[in-house]
Amino acid sequence: MFRIMNALLEYPENFTIDVTGPIDRVVDWIGETFRGLLDAFVVFFTFVLDNVQWTLQIIPWWVYILVVGIAGWRLYKWPTGVGLGTLVFAIGLLGYWEGTMYTLTIILVSVMISFVVGLPLGIFMAKSEKFEMILKPILDMMQTLPSFVYLIPALMLFNTFGRVPAVVATTIYAVPPLIRLTYLGIRNVDEQVVEAGTSFGSTSMQMLFKIQIPQALSTIAAGVNQTTMMAVAMVVIASMIGARGVGNDVLRAIQQLDVGTGFAAGFAIVFLAIILDRLLQGIANKLDMTAQEGEDA
Amino acid sequence: MAQAVSIKNLSVIFGKEKQKKEALELLDSHSPLDVRKKTGATVAVKNVDFEIEEGELFVIVGLSGSGKSSFIRTLNLLNRPATGTIEVGGRSLTEMSKDELREYRRNDVSMVFQHFGLLSHRTVLGNVEYPLEVQKVDKEERQERSMDAIKLVGLDGWEHHMPNQLSGGMRQRVGLARALTNDPELLLMDEPYSALDPLIRREMQNELLKLEDEMDRTIIFITHDMNEAFRMGDRIALLKDAELVQLGTPEEFFKNPANQYVKDFIADVDKTRILKVRNIMRKPTAVAKLGDSRETILETLKEKDMQFIYVTDDKRYFKGFITLEKLKKSKAKTIDNLVENDKTQIYRNDYLQDAWGKLSAATFDLPVVDGKGRLRGILNHDNVVDALAK
Ligand SMILES: Nc1ncnc2c1ncn2[C@@H]1O[C@H](COP(=O)(O)OP(=O)(O)OP(=O)(O)O)[C@@H](O)[C@H]1O
Ligand SMILES: [Mg+2]
Repeated sequence: MFRIMNALLEYPENFTIDVTGPIDRVVDWIGETFRGLLDAFVVFFTFVLDNVQWTLQIIPWWVYILVVGIAGWRLYKWPTGVGLGTLVFAIGLLGYWEGTMYTLTIILVSVMISFVVGLPLGIFMAKSEKFEMILKPILDMMQTLPSFVYLIPALMLFNTFGRVPAVVATTIYAVPPLIRLTYLGIRNVDEQVVEAGTSFGSTSMQMLFKIQIPQALSTIAAGVNQTTMMAVAMVVIASMIGARGVGNDVLRAIQQLDVGTGFAAGFAIVFLAIILDRLLQGIANKLDMTAQEGEDA
Repeated sequence: MAQAVSIKNLSVIFGKEKQKKEALELLDSHSPLDVRKKTGATVAVKNVDFEIEEGELFVIVGLSGSGKSSFIRTLNLLNRPATGTIEVGGRSLTEMSKDELREYRRNDVSMVFQHFGLLSHRTVLGNVEYPLEVQKVDKEERQERSMDAIKLVGLDGWEHHMPNQLSGGMRQRVGLARALTNDPELLLMDEPYSALDPLIRREMQNELLKLEDEMDRTIIFITHDMNEAFRMGDRIALLKDAELVQLGTPEEFFKNPANQYVKDFIADVDKTRILKVRNIMRKPTAVAKLGDSRETILETLKEKDMQFIYVTDDKRYFKGFITLEKLKKSKAKTIDNLVENDKTQIYRNDYLQDAWGKLSAATFDLPVVDGKGRLRGILNHDNVVDALAK
């Protein structure tokens, strides 16, 4: 009697199955079978990363301040321009210019991949109900998973630390909003506008490129913005698997309880996030203004 | 006259495939309402037959939900009919392949939408040239033809504006211009003016009538406003709960309403908005021509007991009037220098309501002229009162 009670209260010690073995084997199998492909992937993206980084670094620091300042002024009003320019300068003042450039590289490349992958997925999702049914639960699930979960498959697949697995993890983490908003943007195009397109004999490609995508542009831009913000957030975590940059500085500071460095590096990342967010938001707003008909339409 | 559109036994049903099948079986023996109760499918159009003639302005009218949109949208297959045949220019729509259908939509038919359906990311010109763009007409020709359409609807100067910079009336003009660029045989207009306020609406109706006068094109026009229907339509089809109640000219509707529903429907139609001046004008008793001798005209007036006479040139262009008094006083040989013109005249295509202002102020016969300014008849206040009293 007592033993039964005990068995109900405490989980029996030997009543477990070992999943680590099979998972290891599956991952190993993927790694071995697609080694060539994965290696090519690493080479290619290392090349892309190097080039983006080289480009970012060759541009003098004051050009960034100028460009961001002017963009802020054009997209909003001049105080925003001044503010954003100051933030760029502040990143340099804090001593994280190099690190930020490095981090920005990973963010930019992740966002680029997200765009190339996410846009077509979003479009397919809007066009095919079957595909929507498959993809939607996956996207929902991805948004509930904690971000560091994405590190594991990336690490295991590439079997190495470094920028490429970091980019892959960041991309997988960041791409859902872009897919979702592309899908939403296309689905929400005014039905009468789509019908007008049909009624004049558009092919489905003409419909997509001449009507649906242009009409959805501001929503897609909002998706790019969200994806970028997710990438910024992920970059700190991705430094656990070898992305250097400011993210890594934050991580090290946390591990070493170095409050000062933690804050300084943290500010650099926050500033970067604010700048990217404001600029992308501004672009989305501009697109929205030119794209939307007046209220009474 | 050739039949532009021929519709036989057309029904449109909305619902799931299975419901539709069931509904189709019950269709002939049950009312649309019963069909919905039994199957869950909506019968939006039931067994409708129309023959629409080439060049006709055919109006479909009915209350909200009577199936007007469902019907008109079958004419470019935005809706597929559940049964029945649709022939446009002798070709059956339902038998067209995908490519044929696309070509048909590109070349032969176009639609003006209630809420305009403009491409808000494109300029006026970009919108108007869209139908040609999808046909890959080259840029120069396409812009030229689009500009013609833009001028036709009176929007030149606005071609580089975005739709959201325009008023409702102007947006609908863009919609109309866009529908005209591909020079369609058949123009479908689904409540094009319902979203506009009454004044602009009136203006747009008149413009459409004018355009229609100049073009050779079949127009199917939908409205839920009886007055609009009677103002515009050569013939009118009244739909109620998916079925055709009556089809005929405005006069036929007034003379022989099919049933009480029709009577109620036309009860508050304002006849002054339907009858045109040309419908009730009279022939002048006598008309003088430039160059006529004063003596002769004076004789005519005395003989016919007239106080004044209207004057035209020998091509009947209206010139003015001469009063009896002036003829008596003058010593001139011909009437030419005695002609006065106070510019009061009415157009024969004016609706009585529009002409009423001038007519009610006048105690005598007013001259009725055509669009080119030729004297066509005369009309006075009493004639109008008589016509409306009938
Ligand atoms: N896509 C659709 N799916 C299901 N039911 C529809 C659909 N379109 C129309 N209906 C139904 O068909 C009936 C006729 O609608 P329809 O839009 O043709 O009416 P209408 O005469 O154009 O009305 P309105 O003046 O409001 O535009 C209505 O009962 C409507 O609910
Ligand atoms: Mg309708």
